[in-house]
Amino acid sequence: MMANFLTRAGTGLQDWFNERAPSFGPFYRKHMSEYYAPKNFNIWYIFGVLSMVVLINQIVTGIFLTMHFKPSAAEAFNSVEYIMRDVEWGWLIRYMHSTGASAFFIVVYIHMFRGVMYGSYKRPRELVWVLGMLIYLVLMAEAFLGYVLPWGQMSFWGAKVIISLFGAIPYVGGALTEWIMGDYLPSDATLNRFFALHVIALPLVLLLLVVLHIFALHEVGSNNPDGVEIKKGPKGNRWSQAAPADGIPFHPYFTVKDTFYTGFFLLICAFILFFEPTVGGWFLEHDNFIEANRLVTPEHIKPVWYYTPFYAMLRVIPDKLFGVLTMFGAIIILFFLPWLDRGKVKSWRYRGTGFRVALFVLGICFVWLGKIGAGPGTDPVETIVGRFLTALYFGFFAFVWAYTYFGWEKTKPVPERVTTHD
Amino acid sequence: MATDGVDKGRRRFLTATTSVVGGAGIVVAAVPFIKSWEPSARAKTAGAPVEADISKLEEGQMVIFEWRGQPVWIIRRTQAQLDALPSQDARLRDPKSTNTEQQPAFAQNEYRSMKPEILVLVGLCTHLGCAPQLHPELKPEPFDADWKGGFFCPCHKSRFDMAGRVYQGVPAPTNLVVPPYSFVDDNHIMIGVNAEGAA
Amino acid sequence: MQQTRRSIVGFVLGLGLALAPAAMAAGGGALQASSTSLSDRGSLQNGAKLFFNYCSGCHSLKLMRYSRIAEDLGLTEDQVMQNLNFTGAKFGEQIPRTMNPDDGKAWFGNAAPDLSLVARAKAGGPDWIYTYLKTFYLDPSRPIGWNNTTFPNASMPNPLWELQGIQTAVFKTGPEGEPVFDRFELHQPGSMSPAEFDVVARDIANFLRYAAEPAALQRHAVGVWVILFLSLFTFLAWLLKQEYWKDVH
Repeated sequence: MMANFLTRAGTGLQDWFNERAPSFGPFYRKHMSEYYAPKNFNIWYIFGVLSMVVLINQIVTGIFLTMHFKPSAAEAFNSVEYIMRDVEWGWLIRYMHSTGASAFFIVVYIHMFRGVMYGSYKRPRELVWVLGMLIYLVLMAEAFLGYVLPWGQMSFWGAKVIISLFGAIPYVGGALTEWIMGDYLPSDATLNRFFALHVIALPLVLLLLVVLHIFALHEVGSNNPDGVEIKKGPKGNRWSQAAPADGIPFHPYFTVKDTFYTGFFLLICAFILFFEPTVGGWFLEHDNFIEANRLVTPEHIKPVWYYTPFYAMLRVIPDKLFGVLTMFGAIIILFFLPWLDRGKVKSWRYRGTGFRVALFVLGICFVWLGKIGAGPGTDPVETIVGRFLTALYFGFFAFVWAYTYFGWEKTKPVPERVTTHD
Repeated sequence: MATDGVDKGRRRFLTATTSVVGGAGIVVAAVPFIKSWEPSARAKTAGAPVEADISKLEEGQMVIFEWRGQPVWIIRRTQAQLDALPSQDARLRDPKSTNTEQQPAFAQNEYRSMKPEILVLVGLCTHLGCAPQLHPELKPEPFDADWKGGFFCPCHKSRFDMAGRVYQGVPAPTNLVVPPYSFVDDNHIMIGVNAEGAA
Repeated sequence: MQQTRRSIVGFVLGLGLALAPAAMAAGGGALQASSTSLSDRGSLQNGAKLFFNYCSGCHSLKLMRYSRIAEDLGLTEDQVMQNLNFTGAKFGEQIPRTMNPDDGKAWFGNAAPDLSLVARAKAGGPDWIYTYLKTFYLDPSRPIGWNNTTFPNASMPNPLWELQGIQTAVFKTGPEGEPVFDRFELHQPGSMSPAEFDVVARDIANFLRYAAEPAALQRHAVGVWVILFLSLFTFLAWLLKQEYWKDVH
C-alpha cells in the first residue's frame, strides 16, 4: 500500500519535472546511466573521481573556514589558531582543508601521469587535456593564494618570492608586482585581495573548468588502458544494442567501484589527518607556525611540496628572467603534448620502448626535482644535478616529438578489442 | 538491464547497507560542521559570569551590569515597593511566575528574587527586546493611573511591576527574565551562575 | 592488471622513499629523542607545573586558556588557579607572561617570545625543546653569561640551573682551526641527578607539545573511530562492487 503510494508519488514527481525540464532526464542518462565507459579501466582511472571528491571537500570545508577566518594582516594568523583551538571542531575542518590541499595535488599529478601513460591526450581528446591543464594551472594559483592566508612566515615570504617572479618581466615588472600586492610588500591589502580570489573568484573558474572538462570527456568518451576506441569497435552489449560492446554503463558499475576506491582513499587521508596532519613539515611547514615578520626571513624559504619541482628549476638557473621562463615553460609545454606526440598508438602497453623509458625518466626527474626544490639548496653538486634534470625534463618533450615525427618508434600491435578488466 | 544469474536479494541488501552506512557517515560528518557554529571558547569566556558589587547600592536605586552582551539590572527595592506587590496580582498575566522559563527555580516566589529586596533582571522587554524604563514611584503615571512602581517600555507600551511581572493587556507575553545568579557575600552577586543546590 | 598494480605501488613507494630522507634531515641531526607522549597525563601535568614555575615569568602562552589546560589535563579550576596562574588572569582567559615585556628587552636584549606554537615552529618539535633545555652552558663571552649549543647565542639564561647544575662546554679544534663542540662538564652540581633532570626537560617539552596543538588529544581519539568506520564502509563498498561486477565479463 505504502510502497505503491511512494512509487506513484515518484513517477508523478518525475513526470512533473519531465514536463517542465525535459532535458534533465536525458542529461542524467548521458552522463551517468547511459554513459558507457570502457570496462577495462584499472586503478589509474580512479584519480579523476578522487579529485572531484577532494574538490567538494575543499569547497565545503573552505566555506566553513571563512566563517571564522579574518582576512587581515593583523588578525589572520591568530584567527587560524582561534579556529584550531577555540572553535568547536575547528581543528578538524582546518586539517580537512590543509590535508585536502596536498591530497588534491597528489591525485591530480597521478591523474595527469595516467593521461600520459595511456595517451589520453591524443586525438580526439586534445580538448579534454587542454581543459585539464587549465584546471591544473588554476589549481596552482588557488593553492598559492590559499597558502598566503594563514599569514605565517612561509605565507609571507612565499608570497614575496612568488610575486617577485613577475618582477622579471622587462619594463613593467616592477609596476606589476606593486599592483599585485597593492603595496610595496605583501601586506594587509595583498592578503585581503588574495582572500577574495581564493574563496570566490578562482573556485568559480575552477568549477566551470571542471564541468567543461567532464562535458568534453563525455562527448568523445573515455580512453582506457589499451588505448582502444571502444566507439569504433563492435556495437551491442547486454544493456543496449547501440552502445559499444566493450562499454558498461557508468551507473551502477563505476559508481560502486568509485565508491569503494573513495572509501579506501578517505581511509588513507584520515590516517594522515588524524595521526600526522603536518606530515613532518611537508603538508604544513614548521615556519608557518610563526607569524609573518617582514624583518626576519626564515632560514629556508621553499614552497609547499607540490610546487617544488618547478621551484627547483627556478633556483638552479643562474638568471632571473631565464629561470622564470624555464619554470613557467615547464608547465606551459604540457599544454602542447597532444601535438608534440605524433604517435598513433595511445597506450604505453603497445608503444615503443623509447617512449616507456622516456616517461619513466620524466617521472624520476619530476620527483627528484621536487626533492631538490624542497631542500636548502646550498649544495653546489645538487645545483648541477638540478640543471641536468631540468634539461632531461624538457628533453622528454623534444624526444617524444622527434621519436614520433621521424618514425623511430617501433610499436607493438594494438588489439582490436579491450583486453582485461578487474 | 540483463538480470540472468543475479542474486537480486543480495544486491539489494548490499546496496541498502552501503547506502545506510554511507548516509550515517555523512550525517555524523556533518555534526562537527554544525557544532562549529556554537559559541567558541572565546565567546564563552566573554560570556563568563560577571561579579557585581552592590555595596554602594542605595535603597530604591538601580545599577546596570553587562552579562553576555545584555543589560542586567540590580535594584534594591524599598519596603513600600515590596508591600505593594501583592496588590497587583489581579491585574497581572502570570502573578505566580508559573512560566519556569522566565526565572530560575529559586526566584519563583512572590518577589521573584533570592533576597526579597534585591531584584536582578535582564533589562530587555520580552516583547521585542527594547529596554524598559524604571518608574519606581508609587504614584499615578500617564500610562497607568494605579501605578505601584515598575517598568514601562517606551517602544510598545508594555508594563511590568516592581518584580518584573507583566501586566495584562500589553503586547509583552511574559514576565521579565531573571538571570541565574548567586550571592558571593552580602555585597557581591555573581551573575551567570546559579547558587549551588538551587538549580 | 597485476603489472599496473605493481607499478602504482612502486610509484607511490618511490615517491615516499624520495621524500623520506629530506624529512629526516629537516628534523635536525643533533637533537636528542625526548620520548614525549601526549597520552602520559602525569607527564603533561608535571610539565605544566614546571612551565608555570620556571618559564611563564618571561614567556607567555597567549594562544592557550587556563580553562582549556584544566579540562585537557584533568585538573580542577581551583588547582589551576592556585598552582599555575600567577598573573591574576581569569580562568577562561589566555595566558600572559608575568614579566613586563619592556623589562625583558632591558634585561635580555629581547622580549621573550610567546611559546604557544614553539613545538610546531621548530623542526624536531618537542625533541628540539628537550635538547635545548639540556644544552645550556656558561659562556662569559655572552652579555648574559649563558650560551646554548642547540640555539647558539640565544639571549636566554638557563632557567633550570638550580635543578640541572651549571655546565661548561669543552671545545676541541676542528680541521680548519675552528672550535668544535666536544662535550659538557658539570661545573657545579644541581639539586637533581642527570636522570631526574631529563624527566624535567621531557615533561616541559611534552607540555609545550600539547600547548602547540591541544586538539592533538582529541585528534587521536576521534581518528580511531573514523578509521574503524571507514574500514567498515570500504569493506561494504567492496562487497557491493564485487556483486555488481559479476555482470561484467
